Amino acid sequence: MKANCWMGRNSVEIREVPDPRILNDRDAIVKVTSTSICGSDLHLYNGYVPTMRRGDVLGHEFMGEVVEVGPAVDNLRAGDRVVVPFPIACGNCSACAHGMYSVCENSNPNALIAEKIMGHSPAGIYGYSHMLGGYAGGQAQYVRVPFADVGPLKVDDDLPDEKLLFLSDILPTGFMGAELCEIRPGDVIAVWGAGPVGQFAIASAYLLGAERVIAIDRYPYRLRMARDKAGAEILNYEQTDVLDALRELTAGRGPDACIDAVGSEAHHSVGPLNAYDRVKQATRLETDRPHALREAILACRSGGIVSVIGAYLGFIDKFPMGTVMNRSLTIRSGQCHVQRYLRPLYERIRKGDIDPSFVVTHRMSLDEAPRGFELHKHKREELTKVVLRP
Amino acid sequence: MGRNDGGAVGRLIRPLGVASLGLGAVAALGVIRARGRRREALRVRASVTVDRAPEEAYRFWRDLENLPSFMYHLESVRATGQGGSHWTARAPGRRSVEWDAELVEDRPRQLIAWRSVDGADVKNSGQVSFAPAPGGRGTEVRVELDFSPPAGRLGAAVAKLFGEHPYQQARDDLRRFKQVIETGEVTRSDASPDGLNARRQLAQRPGRPRQGTGRREVR
Repeated sequence: MKANCWMGRNSVEIREVPDPRILNDRDAIVKVTSTSICGSDLHLYNGYVPTMRRGDVLGHEFMGEVVEVGPAVDNLRAGDRVVVPFPIACGNCSACAHGMYSVCENSNPNALIAEKIMGHSPAGIYGYSHMLGGYAGGQAQYVRVPFADVGPLKVDDDLPDEKLLFLSDILPTGFMGAELCEIRPGDVIAVWGAGPVGQFAIASAYLLGAERVIAIDRYPYRLRMARDKAGAEILNYEQTDVLDALRELTAGRGPDACIDAVGSEAHHSVGPLNAYDRVKQATRLETDRPHALREAILACRSGGIVSVIGAYLGFIDKFPMGTVMNRSLTIRSGQCHVQRYLRPLYERIRKGDIDPSFVVTHRMSLDEAPRGFELHKHKREELTKVVLRP
Repeated sequence: MGRNDGGAVGRLIRPLGVASLGLGAVAALGVIRARGRRREALRVRASVTVDRAPEEAYRFWRDLENLPSFMYHLESVRATGQGGSHWTARAPGRRSVEWDAELVEDRPRQLIAWRSVDGADVKNSGQVSFAPAPGGRGTEVRVELDFSPPAGRLGAAVAKLFGEHPYQQARDDLRRFKQVIETGEVTRSDASPDGLNARRQLAQRPGRPRQGTGRREVR
């Protein structure tokens, strides 16, 4: 089969690789009908994620048709249409029992690598480094899905792939980002990053009752989408002092909650600070550039919540802990526990509360994945989200 | 769980630059301990919490024939009646080591202890205890293994049973035990088709499907 493989920094290639096979009784094999490139795939592409190996198959956002199931999978059969959550979760451990699927205690066969870096291991993730399991990803024609009796959502209506695909990651991730804010009537929410996850965080904040949502980015086309499609007020941090503007917009209070939907490769409008983190990151003294997070912390009202759903993978410095402590801030975070949100969000899509396909700007064949990565990395052609068809 | 012994992991991470963050030093602990001590008595302790009742965890261990499903250095354990058992272990280089063992203590839901019978080539003993974790958090499983490798070539083979990373290996065993008792299977990926295995971390293949990695009993 064809698969999009990581071949080193700034290099992915479509390669012919063996078809996946059932390795365990609870596995299924899914024929991928749609997959996409995630902003967090760019961290792999840019070479900031430790423990990648040349030849790794990428992709953790995918859906398709079940073609084979292991003997212990009794809820799926060949022909079923499924959306697959990006965290691999066993459904049996204590974490899964508490709905914390992305920290499943059993799904990472390389847990000891993750432990060295993170203390304890989170769940395995498709196509996202060896420390997160070394699982082949879904930017391929076929993919092996472990614990298939737990993760995949069976969809049995004729909604197009583009409305369902993002249940695999970015829609629930954005939703969880808003949910972590514990939104109450009158709340003003600020969202750093108007990429696809940011767009869904904005839309979700409104669904959960926010009074106003303010989006912060530097790409005018993404800010336009946030304003026109998701209904946000917008700030371009290259043209505006964000802290001043947020203070002004909230009459001095600051946003009640701030969502970091940027993650580890943030940019900064203040040259020297940006350079400081870029150099540290390039020399691997720091693996993540945390401008958005620092700014979110400074902007948040005292006693407010900072919700971190942008992907961080390692270490940051110049972290304003004094602000967090003295102003009684709460930081909440996590890789999305997708399995928890799949069905409720599927119902919201069916009812028409939200149509996630509004973020799609590019459609390509899987063969064009390398071009998709380049466009995505450099934000060319006003790319927000690319869907790949194997 | 248990002691740190992350040499292999350290080597995997270091070329990618994380060592400069100081992790290399952490990961390198343990290795020195394991080397140069090959022929000395070896005691390994490790522990894990499983989301199962003590009764169930106990019963799984009490059937000693289950042990090879998660202890990869064991080829087989055969119950021979009246608390006796015959153990076959494999060392690298395809050499097998065998011994007979007897139960020393058997307290349902709490503890199982065993030791090799007098005159066995490989003097060893082990025990596993089960205690309810607080607040309904399942069961705390604690394992202690002691090996006294004899002199000579056999001793070298026995020492190799635990490889260069005995603590890591014991932790791997318990993590696989947790997988098997909680999920019914050992978790496998394309890069780690044998499941969690410190010895294989260095030789890890890319995360892509491979020819001939179909369903099978893998060790």
